Amino acid sequence: MIELDIAIKDKFYPNSDSMVLKDVAFKVKPGEFIAIIGPSGCGKTTLLNMLSGLEDASEQKLLCNSKSFNKDNEYQLGYVFQQPRLMPWLTVKENLQLVLPTTQPQLIDTLLTQVGLAGKGSYFPRQLSGGMQRRVAIARAFAVNPDLILLDEPFNSLDAPTASKLRLLLVELCKTRGSTVIFVTHDLSEAVYLADRILFMSHSPSAIIHQEVIDLPKPRQESGSAELAWQAKLMAQYPQILAGDVN
Amino acid sequence: MSRTIDIKKHANQQALTSKLIKMLFNTLMSPLYGRLIMLIVLAGLWQGTAWLVNSSDFPSLLIVLDSFIYHFYQGDMVSNLSVTLSRVLISFIIALILGVIIGILMGTSKRLNQLTDTLLIIALNIPALVTILLCYIWFGLVESAAITAVVINKIPTVVVMIREGARVVDQDLLSVAKIYKLSLSKTFFKVFLPQLYPYIMASARAGLSLIWKIVLVVELLGRSDGVGFALNTLFQFFDIAGILAYTFAFISIVLVIEHLIFRPLDKLVTRGCHFDRT
Repeated sequence: MIELDIAIKDKFYPNSDSMVLKDVAFKVKPGEFIAIIGPSGCGKTTLLNMLSGLEDASEQKLLCNSKSFNKDNEYQLGYVFQQPRLMPWLTVKENLQLVLPTTQPQLIDTLLTQVGLAGKGSYFPRQLSGGMQRRVAIARAFAVNPDLILLDEPFNSLDAPTASKLRLLLVELCKTRGSTVIFVTHDLSEAVYLADRILFMSHSPSAIIHQEVIDLPKPRQESGSAELAWQAKLMAQYPQILAGDVN
Repeated sequence: MSRTIDIKKHANQQALTSKLIKMLFNTLMSPLYGRLIMLIVLAGLWQGTAWLVNSSDFPSLLIVLDSFIYHFYQGDMVSNLSVTLSRVLISFIIALILGVIIGILMGTSKRLNQLTDTLLIIALNIPALVTILLCYIWFGLVESAAITAVVINKIPTVVVMIREGARVVDQDLLSVAKIYKLSLSKTFFKVFLPQLYPYIMASARAGLSLIWKIVLVVELLGRSDGVGFALNTLFQFFDIAGILAYTFAFISIVLVIEHLIFRPLDKLVTRGCHFDRT
């Protein structure tokens, strides 16, 4: 498990003067499940890309276990993108094997069973539904036994029952693996169901404008009365928070 | 009563006939039969035209067939075909390997592309004949000069195709390789190169047809064997049937290569890309 200390002074869009992130700073405790909520286009994906090393800023301080992030970082990362990003020419098993340094058929079978895709290992991604492809992407992220998992609206555009099943799956996998998780979403109820703490971002150029620890006991219920009451209380206090405004 | 039975019998017969016609139509319209019918119609047209023209300049299909049998069993067709085929294959492999490497480098490096783009346009527009003549003048009438001339002619077209493929490689998939710290070889062979397979297959197909045409010119100008040399000899005797016999022989070989090598290879490299979601 790892802890993170993030401080990004500014981040501009590539080849542009337009600033996307400004003075974004937060810390993540080991094994903590953080949800990040913000309006569309506020730079949530950019932030995750910076944490994963896919993008960087001119001035940033990204510390992982008090050590600076670098390309040869020792910690293992899992990233579930908005789109599954599976290799279409590889079967489900081969897609999982791809990210593993050694051949581990047993681990792959176990993961496929956990995500409810036992028997689908020889299928190609195009033979699977959108929900199944996302399950493979989640299995791939957990296959590497990650210290940190980044999830970028992974259940976006899925029908409600499928998204609900996948959330449950994510909760179970996080419980068994104990990874530190940063989960980007625009759905407050999803964040309340999954996270230990929620960070709220403002409009672009974005900063963390508010954070809220969710003190509800786990396991939680989707649309449970306690969860709904928690949301209602927050929305009564900050009616414009989802639009990136706390005033 | 008997009239009702007759009507029923007649209706059954009609249904059976229409079913048979439909089956026959479907069989004839199937890809294999369709192609066979096209070939038969073409052969019939040729034979008919030759019969109408009635000139030695337009030999009938049967005369060409006779000539083919003669050259195959008593002439040098087999050795000439094998010599040409070996030149085609050697040039093809060298041109494809070099073309793919250069194409990838140009497609992935903006700077290299800017530096060499003009060179590529020049290479694309140098006439094949000029390259062949220069190679023969500089290196002599030797096998290596012939192969070099063909390779130089083919490389630019492969480069153009592969460069376009390398430019549009899905960066999202490459980011997966980066996130999961895949080794350089794994990233190249499992993530990058598979995205170029359709482009490599297209340039291989186009390459084979272009290369064998260039090889014939190379042989005609400076070799003492091969199909190009044989065609030159036949031309001197105005043996049109012989020229056509050689042409068909080589086209047949290319068709066999297409069916035995390219199609199975195509299926293999595009696996996973032809499924509809179930």
